[in-house]
Amino acid sequence: MQQPGRAAEIKANGIGKSFGSFRALDDLTLDIGRGEFLTLLGPSGSGKTTFLMILAGFVQPSEGRLFSDGADITDRPAEQRAAGMVFQGYALFPHMSVEQNIAFPLKVRKKTAAEIKLRVGEMIERVGLRGHEKKLPAQLSGGQQQRVALARALVFEPGVLLLDEPFSALDKSLRGQMQAEMKRLHQETGTTFVFVTHDQSEALALSSRVAIFNHGKLLQVGRPDEVYDRPANRFVAEFLGEINMLPVKGVRPADNGATGLCEDRAVNMRCKAEEIKGDAILAIRPEHMSIAPEAAAGENGIAATAIGSTYLGAATKLDLTTRQGAKVTVSVPNEVAAAALSKGNSVWLTWPAEKGFLLPEGGQ
Amino acid sequence: MRGTLSDRTGAALLMAPLLLFLVLAYAWPFLGVVKWSFTLPTPGLGQYGALVSDPLVQSVFIRTLRIAAIVTVVSVTAAYAITVVWVRGSPVQRVLAEFCILVPFWISVLTRAFGWVALLSNRGLINTWLQSIGFISEPLTLVRNEFGVVVGMTHFLIPFAVFPLASAMRSLDERVLLAARGLGSSRMRTFWTVFVPMTRSGIIGSALIVFVFSLGFFVTPAILGGGRSVMIAELIYLRIFQSPDWGLGAAISVVLVIFVGALMALLFRHVRPRQLV
Repeated sequence: MQQPGRAAEIKANGIGKSFGSFRALDDLTLDIGRGEFLTLLGPSGSGKTTFLMILAGFVQPSEGRLFSDGADITDRPAEQRAAGMVFQGYALFPHMSVEQNIAFPLKVRKKTAAEIKLRVGEMIERVGLRGHEKKLPAQLSGGQQQRVALARALVFEPGVLLLDEPFSALDKSLRGQMQAEMKRLHQETGTTFVFVTHDQSEALALSSRVAIFNHGKLLQVGRPDEVYDRPANRFVAEFLGEINMLPVKGVRPADNGATGLCEDRAVNMRCKAEEIKGDAILAIRPEHMSIAPEAAAGENGIAATAIGSTYLGAATKLDLTTRQGAKVTVSVPNEVAAAALSKGNSVWLTWPAEKGFLLPEGGQ
Repeated sequence: MRGTLSDRTGAALLMAPLLLFLVLAYAWPFLGVVKWSFTLPTPGLGQYGALVSDPLVQSVFIRTLRIAAIVTVVSVTAAYAITVVWVRGSPVQRVLAEFCILVPFWISVLTRAFGWVALLSNRGLINTWLQSIGFISEPLTLVRNEFGVVVGMTHFLIPFAVFPLASAMRSLDERVLLAARGLGSSRMRTFWTVFVPMTRSGIIGSALIVFVFSLGFFVTPAILGGGRSVMIAELIYLRIFQSPDWGLGAAISVVLVIFVGALMALLFRHVRPRQLV
């Protein structure tokens, strides 16, 4: 984090943090690549913010070491690490104008007046705050304050930008706009971004990788599609979105994965050899299941009865019960849902073999 | 929601006795003082004219303003340091600071004034000690002058200066300070460029309170000034009980009350009353 203009590479090695008897973070080992956009995702109290504060240097880890570009920075105070940071609620200096806020990190670094003027001007242009230079934070909208916070954190070209739930105070449309803007800033600056959120859709939309936390433990880290399609455990699967879970019996190896009995019908699934162990939970995302009048032989399918629906505009969420009483939700086109409900009798739920996976318990 | 109508009616009823007391014991008699200022010894504006032309009255006014200004600067500066420790220090520091702030409240102003005389007089503790270590040969004149008055008044007023400052420091968003450090600012720089400016309303409130209080001091300057540093309140007392020149004393009172009233109005434009306690 010490070389301006160059993205930092960070290694966390066995980082732990206790506050009294509360274990906020436990044995975290994680590599953050140069220029990557990593999202720390988890419910409140999961340890994601604690880790961000440790990265910033505001919280000292109880154990473990932290490295930036190979140098041990565990004991380096926050002001010498100089990671750019955007706080929840922005934490702008209320007594300084937009310009003065953005100039602050440059003044601290004793840049010449000419350089400060130039770089602050560029930054104001980049985040679209031209015309607001002399205003105080209190005179700006939430989105504009957010832009000042981003500009202030990026103007000194830090090796890493840390963002603590920066969009939590914004309304939905503005959120989308700011997310796009942040993605653009990430591409333009090439800096390493570490972003904390509890909003899974935000995490999936923005990141190059997502790290999912719960109860102080890192449960899984991977590309958004990896963690969504192949969650490591039940917590990750459920946290990232709705998921259907069906018990399968007698799971045994087969071509391309495994086969087992789901509601007395043979189903196939993709899985690793070590996951195969008799009875298990088969997990399928609602949008990967479809409704069919019947399932062909050899196709994955179970019989179910439609019991209710929620209209979502672009699609309908259909609730069903299987013959053995499992609750299933599918996301289907509106007319398919209407047809399934009007029939009032049983339909078939089908899904491609590669969309079903075995789910270990855990992570809760 | 600021409270329902019945809440406000209830509050007004609870405050009524106090208000009645203030009107009867303070506002009503003061109207008499206003009347004296225009009628004694002869009706007219003569007392106010004398007030402007009398060099003694003028010098007392100027001295009062000067002492009040010095006491304000010293008290607010000292209070600021104490409040930082009280609000942001370690648990032990907090308890110590609280003790130092509250103990003076339990000791009467008279006792404290005489305590300072005992410390500061020619044969007091400080002079004796400085002479015994050979630091000075002749005793320093620390009391019966403006220095003594400033010391005594500052000691009295620091706790009053603390409360508005504490209120401002407590309401400050901790993340803003973290942000400054995260952006590379040292603790010292963060203190001067972020912390102090962000407690500005507390500083203004604190300064105005101390200044207003200073203008009306009577016991402390009378004892520690030893008659040589007469301030306005003492002058009013002398005019009314010793001269007796009731008209002039009343006119000085009226001017003082108007001046203090104006400062209070200024104070409440900057801070909410809630912040002062």
